[in-house]
Amino acid sequence: MTDVLQELEERRAAARAGGGARRVEAQHGKGKLTARERIELLLDEDSFEEFDMFVRHRATDFGMAEDRPAGDGVVTGWGTVNGRMVYVFSQDFTVFGGSLSETHAQKICKIMDMAMQNGAPVIGLNDSGGARIQEGVASLAGYAEVFQRNIMASGVVPQISVIMGPCAGGAVYSPAMTDFIFMVRDTSYMFVTGPDVVKTVTNEVVTAEELGGATTHTRRSSVADGAFENDVEALIEVRRLVDLLPASNRQPAPVRPFFDDVDRIEPSLDTLIPDNANTPYDMKELILKVADEADFYEIQADFAKNIVTGFIRLEGQTVGVVANQPMVLAGCLDIDSSRKAARFVRFCDAFEIPILTLVDVPGFLPGTGQEYGGVIKHGAKLLFAYGEATVPKVTVITRKAYGGAYDVMASKHLRGDFNYAWPTAEIAVMGAKGATEILYRSELGDPEKIAARTRDYEDRFANPFVAAERGFIDEVIQPRSTRRRVCRAFASLRGKKLQNPWKKHDNIPL
Amino acid sequence: MFKKILIANRGEIACRVIKTARKMGIATVAVHSDADRHALHVRMADEAVRIGPPPANQSYIVIDRIMEAIRATGAEAVHPGYGFLSENPKFAEALEREGVAFIGPPVRAIEAMGDKITSKKIAQGAGVSTVPGYMGLIADADEAVKISREIGYPVMIKASAGGGGKGMRIAWTDEEAREGFQSSKNEAASSFGDDRIFIEKFVTQPRHIEIQVLADTHGNAVYLGERECSIQRRNQKVVEEAPSPFLDEATRAAMGEQAVALAQAVGYASAGTVEFIVDGDRNFYFLEMNTRLQVEHPVTELITGIDLVEQMIRVAAGERLPVSQADVTLTGWAIENRLYAEDPYRNFLPSIGRLTRYRPPAERAAGPLLSNGSWHGDAEAGETAIRNDTGVFEGGEISMFYDPMIAKLCTWAPTREAAIEAMRGALDAFEVEGIGHNLPFLSAVMDHPKFVAGEMTTAFIAEEWPEGFAGVDLAEAELRRIAAAAAAMNRVAEIRRTRISGRMGNHERRVGTDWVVNVGGTELALTIAARPGAASVTFADGETTEVTGDWRPGEPLARLTVGGRPLTLKVDKATGGFRLRTRGADLRVHVYSPRQAELAALMPVKLPPDTSKVLLCPMPGLLVKMNVEAGQEVQEGQALCTVEAMKMENILRAERQAVVARVNAAPGDSLAVDEVILEFE
Repeated sequence: MTDVLQELEERRAAARAGGGARRVEAQHGKGKLTARERIELLLDEDSFEEFDMFVRHRATDFGMAEDRPAGDGVVTGWGTVNGRMVYVFSQDFTVFGGSLSETHAQKICKIMDMAMQNGAPVIGLNDSGGARIQEGVASLAGYAEVFQRNIMASGVVPQISVIMGPCAGGAVYSPAMTDFIFMVRDTSYMFVTGPDVVKTVTNEVVTAEELGGATTHTRRSSVADGAFENDVEALIEVRRLVDLLPASNRQPAPVRPFFDDVDRIEPSLDTLIPDNANTPYDMKELILKVADEADFYEIQADFAKNIVTGFIRLEGQTVGVVANQPMVLAGCLDIDSSRKAARFVRFCDAFEIPILTLVDVPGFLPGTGQEYGGVIKHGAKLLFAYGEATVPKVTVITRKAYGGAYDVMASKHLRGDFNYAWPTAEIAVMGAKGATEILYRSELGDPEKIAARTRDYEDRFANPFVAAERGFIDEVIQPRSTRRRVCRAFASLRGKKLQNPWKKHDNIPL
Repeated sequence: MFKKILIANRGEIACRVIKTARKMGIATVAVHSDADRHALHVRMADEAVRIGPPPANQSYIVIDRIMEAIRATGAEAVHPGYGFLSENPKFAEALEREGVAFIGPPVRAIEAMGDKITSKKIAQGAGVSTVPGYMGLIADADEAVKISREIGYPVMIKASAGGGGKGMRIAWTDEEAREGFQSSKNEAASSFGDDRIFIEKFVTQPRHIEIQVLADTHGNAVYLGERECSIQRRNQKVVEEAPSPFLDEATRAAMGEQAVALAQAVGYASAGTVEFIVDGDRNFYFLEMNTRLQVEHPVTELITGIDLVEQMIRVAAGERLPVSQADVTLTGWAIENRLYAEDPYRNFLPSIGRLTRYRPPAERAAGPLLSNGSWHGDAEAGETAIRNDTGVFEGGEISMFYDPMIAKLCTWAPTREAAIEAMRGALDAFEVEGIGHNLPFLSAVMDHPKFVAGEMTTAFIAEEWPEGFAGVDLAEAELRRIAAAAAAMNRVAEIRRTRISGRMGNHERRVGTDWVVNVGGTELALTIAARPGAASVTFADGETTEVTGDWRPGEPLARLTVGGRPLTLKVDKATGGFRLRTRGADLRVHVYSPRQAELAALMPVKLPPDTSKVLLCPMPGLLVKMNVEAGQEVQEGQALCTVEAMKMENILRAERQAVVARVNAAPGDSLAVDEVILEFE
């Protein structure tokens, strides 16, 4: 009997050793942790329950029959993050470079199936050289099995990918279909084709970092939602995100005790809007002063900075925030900001997370760059996302809400539940100067007349009351009491039920 | 008594005057430029009058605009504050012509003291000690030696036309005087084409100590002790105190009597200040007289209990001084720290912008001001006093048009030591965000051994921080206290995390007791045992520290007691721990479980990026012009691009010769601070 128990421990020890001490050392030498070390950091202490520790690949070609390490290059299982269940897979670069085999894929699929069935997020820690070439098409089939599950799980359970090493070729498409991608600076990269192929095909000389490093994907491509300094910090921050997300679309977002005053008055918000309508201000100050404990988890902080997206808590409850940022491009909507915000709004709606929208938008960015790039359809994505969202929607217009962009930003007409405006709000088809230049084209030669016309237009439209008269604005609120008003609005919406008509699925302008 | 006064100033001093006026039942009129439309002094005054656009030379110092405001509001008297029109005789005359009282000295006194040479002559005539020197023409080296001997060594030999240290020598002996004279003369001739030389006493270990005088229109005058203002940065006072830790009774009395003699010699009536330079042997020499209320007047008020603004108003209304010299006593110790909107880490560059957070420590009344009933405001009474004279508020804007001083934080205590300690605590509790400010530097001064010992000269800052200020390195004992506090705060935060909804019942996370805290690079393993409201932290070497306090996650200020002593921390969340600020130190603190710490130790140390090959944006702003392109060679001083911030165009120039490798921004781009604009090869 004891021999059998002993054997189990030995088999476990062998599996846990991964690729062996030398490869572990090499992994550490690159500034990376091992698959199991990462899981330790991601999950609560001693909460990891492993599956398929003894799975081995079944390949025989190219001498593979002689090399069949237990686990097959990926560690899978479940555990808890602050007591809430999550499923996790963590690719082991020390075993066959973390390459994906048929069995490796089967392990991932197993926990994904369980996650969907049991209603818990899936967190993938990616560190893989790519397909297990020795297995040929079996490996490709494995990827596709994972892809299919990513698709099925989308909108059912939150899926988070952390890129902690290479992620190239077909492998990128699994993270690409998850809800959030985070990267580790300097040690991770993602691309469809690597620098060598790029050189061969297009003659471009580019480093892996330039082609697909964290900076590229957080600033330029927007493939990644955030980047962190190292493995430890990345996993700590993923835990923070998990605390904000519901376990699945069958459960509400978690609530946490909060140490903040729901009625907190912020007199300084009364002076947030500068005297000059063209002077920018930092919308993040409003977000931080509305949020519980000034805690804001920003998503895509470095991309399309003219719109800010992320999560806060109000009364301990997760709320998604979308806010125009006047500091960048005057806060206008453009292709990038529309795509960024649309995806965020759809995530919130899919997982029943209420949305707070803070509006200061002068309109859509003009220009050939935008029109040729298809701003019409990209802008429509955000419009579509807001319009189809059935979650509680509270909107505060702080300053400008001009033109079509006013409609887009969670307006009353798109089923906004609470549409508030500050007294500084200006809701109009366009700014006063532009409007008078169109309306009074014949008077353009007379600057005095035009100035008077502009003043007239400002008096008429540069305020929230015209919209409030029509009920497009539910209430004009004091900036200082924004937190209290917004908290009460969401509190009143906790029982909101709204259903879109049955359809197979919609046809959002992708 | 006046029924209504106008304050021809702005900022903290306008607010300060309004407080006293209100206490006296006098209505107040504020004046303001466009930039100050929403300023605190405007909010506090009973009436406010706009006097022009933001620049002071189009508003606050335009006499006609102030006169119009007076006429419009019917103010009977004007308090000029300091700066602006406070020492402008034309303004005092204009008021006199209209029969409006000037809350300040007579015009004649302003004029007499306004000129350096005249004031020195009057001072000499009044028996005030002045820096000995010889202004006449010096024929040759022999005469120079003779004069130097008469003055007494060391002496300074200076070119009349000199400046910037050129043609200046210090001589300690006859021989040095002889040589110095000759070389100064040669240098002066070649540099300035003017070889006239003068010799004056060189003051060693100079301190700036000034005497507050108060005189009425009935010939009474008293001195209210001294203020030590030696801690200055480029002639800008930073820290002041009263009394001076350096003066003895005899010197104080001698200086005070001379100051009063001078005041009487010029027919002074109001509050005034006679500035002296004092050497290491307590010889003192007259520098100048300031015929106005000084910025640092609160320290005198705190130790004498006399409200100087009130007395200025009463004197202007013709009242007699309520005290004679015998009544004046100096009780306890007061210290003032000036809070400037200047970034100490960027060589004290003025910083402008929005005060996203501004929470001064709560004021507390104590000392003579309280016992005399002269404390204004409704501060609670305590053992030590905290007073904050300020002109700003949270959500207000620090503009580039005016003085960057935003507050004067003062403490009073029975002893100097206690006043310093109170100041340390008050600085730690002072929350200012949104702009760069010198709070960390002030904390560093308060903890500097030379300051603590009272051994400072006017060269203190230049000598102690010759390379500028780069933050404070705390002693290990202090780091341990911070580590203990961080562990206790982290425990509270972690426990809250485990109280989230949706947990798996019976399988909750248990928060551990062993932690490894890394405080700004120092790693300390510890064990924490907690009871309600307190935690006991035991370090690896067995030392145990108690932490008490009621900090809760999200609170930006933690007021704790650690190891029996108070510890006030400014707390910001950071990945895996906190950013903690206290005592001028700005610390990144990680609180890791032992396993996290073990794995974190495997993480590569990333060196901060080399910024010598990039051009960083120095302030948030808009790129309005890019003058260079990739591949272009630039020379030192060449304009690279222009960033517009707060309507100011800032031209960024090449620090050295280089070749532009990459241009990362285009005109129209909004840039964040430290964003990389250009990369060089």
